[in-house]
Amino acid sequence: MSVTLTERAARHVAGFIGKRGKGIGIRLGVKTSGCSGMAYKLEFVDETLADDIVFDSHGVKVVVDQKSLVYLDGTELDYVREGLNEGFRFDNPNAKNQCGCGESFNV
Amino acid sequence: MALLQIAEPGMSAAPHERRLAIGIDLGTTHSLAATVKNSVAVCLADEEGRVLVPSVVHYRGDGGIEVGHAAVAAQPVDPRNTIVSVKRFMGRGLADVAHVETMPYVFEETPGMLRLRTVQGGKTPVEISAEILRALRARAEANLGGALAGAVITVPAYFDDAQRQATKDAARLAGLHVLRLLNEPTAAAVAYGLDNAAEGLYAVYDLGGGTFDLSILKLTRGVFEVLATNGNAALGGDDFDHRLYCWILDRARIAPPSATDTRRLQMKARAIKEQLTVSDEAPCQLRLDSGENVDLTVSREAFFEMTRPLVQKTLAPVRRALRDAGLAPQDIKGVVMVGGATRMPHVQRAVAGFFGQEPLTNLDPDRVVALGAAMQANALVGNRKAGDNDWLLLDVIPLSLGLETMGGLSEKIIPRNSTLPVARAQEFTTFKDGQTAMAFHVVQGERELVADCRSLARFELRGIPPMTAGAARIRVTFQVDADGLLSVAAREARTGVEASILVRPSYGLTDDEIAGMLRAGIERAGDDLAARALREQQVEAERALEATARALDADGGLLDAEEHARIAAAMEALRILIASGETARIAAGIAALARASEDFAARRMDRSIRAALAGHKIEEL
Repeated sequence: MSVTLTERAARHVAGFIGKRGKGIGIRLGVKTSGCSGMAYKLEFVDETLADDIVFDSHGVKVVVDQKSLVYLDGTELDYVREGLNEGFRFDNPNAKNQCGCGESFNV
Repeated sequence: MALLQIAEPGMSAAPHERRLAIGIDLGTTHSLAATVKNSVAVCLADEEGRVLVPSVVHYRGDGGIEVGHAAVAAQPVDPRNTIVSVKRFMGRGLADVAHVETMPYVFEETPGMLRLRTVQGGKTPVEISAEILRALRARAEANLGGALAGAVITVPAYFDDAQRQATKDAARLAGLHVLRLLNEPTAAAVAYGLDNAAEGLYAVYDLGGGTFDLSILKLTRGVFEVLATNGNAALGGDDFDHRLYCWILDRARIAPPSATDTRRLQMKARAIKEQLTVSDEAPCQLRLDSGENVDLTVSREAFFEMTRPLVQKTLAPVRRALRDAGLAPQDIKGVVMVGGATRMPHVQRAVAGFFGQEPLTNLDPDRVVALGAAMQANALVGNRKAGDNDWLLLDVIPLSLGLETMGGLSEKIIPRNSTLPVARAQEFTTFKDGQTAMAFHVVQGERELVADCRSLARFELRGIPPMTAGAARIRVTFQVDADGLLSVAAREARTGVEASILVRPSYGLTDDEIAGMLRAGIERAGDDLAARALREQQVEAERALEATARALDADGGLLDAEEHARIAAAMEALRILIASGETARIAAGIAALARASEDFAARRMDRSIRAALAGHKIEEL
């Protein structure tokens, strides 16, 4: 079971944490909502919780709670630029389909 | 697919919850847009990383339109079709604009607002401004990756209704939904978070490229009110450049330069001014086309000395604004600096000296207005979460809010154009004896009849103690908070029973609909008044019939058959008249019924007094 960052994503995460001034890593998760059933969660981590699993990817701590990991196993987080817009993208092999905007998905 | 940003722990937005909104500073020389990303307001840059868009529009001969930097490049070549500082023309007729003769444009006078004749035909300032807004909108949508839910656009505090409306129209032409127009000084204060600060008085010192404005704001319960504005429409950073340019000409002892050399020297002067903000001296080396060499060093002291009169000149409007507001410099709790020219250290020092405190300068003075507008826009589209500080925003309600009263009439409680937040109360009473419940119908619109207004909500107040008609006192309070959220509460005075409801009055109404409703209100005012008068008579007639019928039930025994028949006939006649729809005849019918029952009423009165007095001695009363 694992969740990884691309090197570019790791660089940006490290940069954002640096700019924010605190934080030990990044949390990836899912929550049930949105038009296709589930939505991704992408947050800074200040402290890990009891049921968290921590991965290391290119020197960045990636924190996923056990429940989310079921839906996220094998996911790679990338950082991309599309025109003037840039941000993180989940490449999730578990997602069967996602809504047009990509903000939510189902498995 | 959408790209995600990292959120603070526990703050991930639910999908589709975020609505894209921007703030736009539509300036005289520059315009820019900002948005709130991950709870931080940021300005939106173009592909080359430039945030400021010169407020310049170039209408090309081939039908193309250029905005911003591209248009600036066209200005020397095609001045007649390159419109700069269009903001000065917004909502203005030709007569209102000063120095028309010195401008390179061909003006056309049209009713209302002036037009500029370009190679692409006559263009109103609204259309020209719309081009700038369209460019900003395109930039924002490319940047944010989606359609915008709306925008907050800033306007100078002194803009009048016509100028504000023109700005709104320009936004609509550009396909932008205007969430709100916000005063520029207010936006700057919001950007500094002063709206969350303690209540008090604040000054906003705005020294732009070509204009100077000073506004005094009063913050009470999170709402900014503009107490006074003053300024100088012909004083700005450009004047500092010009002083320096003249100084260079003088010191370098060069002949009056050619047009190209003038332009190069002016740009050099500007660069030196900017450099002197950070360093103590700046070199001025330039080889002119004329073959002459300029080789000077400008010290900070020299620059400050030569421009000191300009700085002093800004303080005159400051004094005037304070005097208008009846304030002294020490009453001001904070000073916000806006406009690129406020970066100059001696400007900051002069302001600090005048107010006896350091001004707020840590935000980029070119961007602070747009940033505040973006924060406002973000709040207005509902992106802020519960628990965030509540935002109170100053605005007016576009249409009157009222209640339906008997006969389908609209009783206006809050007139249109009342500033928000606002609360008004009015007392109502029961229509029938023993009435224990009351239905309230909240309506919006300028028309007299409820049928012509827009229905907002209905609710009931129950548990009114039984009383005779007209005895109950029900206080109805209309309250519109700063977000335009209306709450209506009804409270019976004696028992304290209450009922209330929440509505969002402007929801779902487009500006066109509002305009249409206003127009109808004005055009139909005469009809409406007649209709209102009729309904009032009909209600009055029904009330009279109701009261007479009740009296006959209770005290019919006081009348002989003939008297009874006479009253019954008058009642019947009035019933027919109600349906006739003729106000005057109904009024006459009511009067006839009153005459017919006069005697009866007197007899009833005697009897009830006798009943009340029975068994009491005179002294007891």
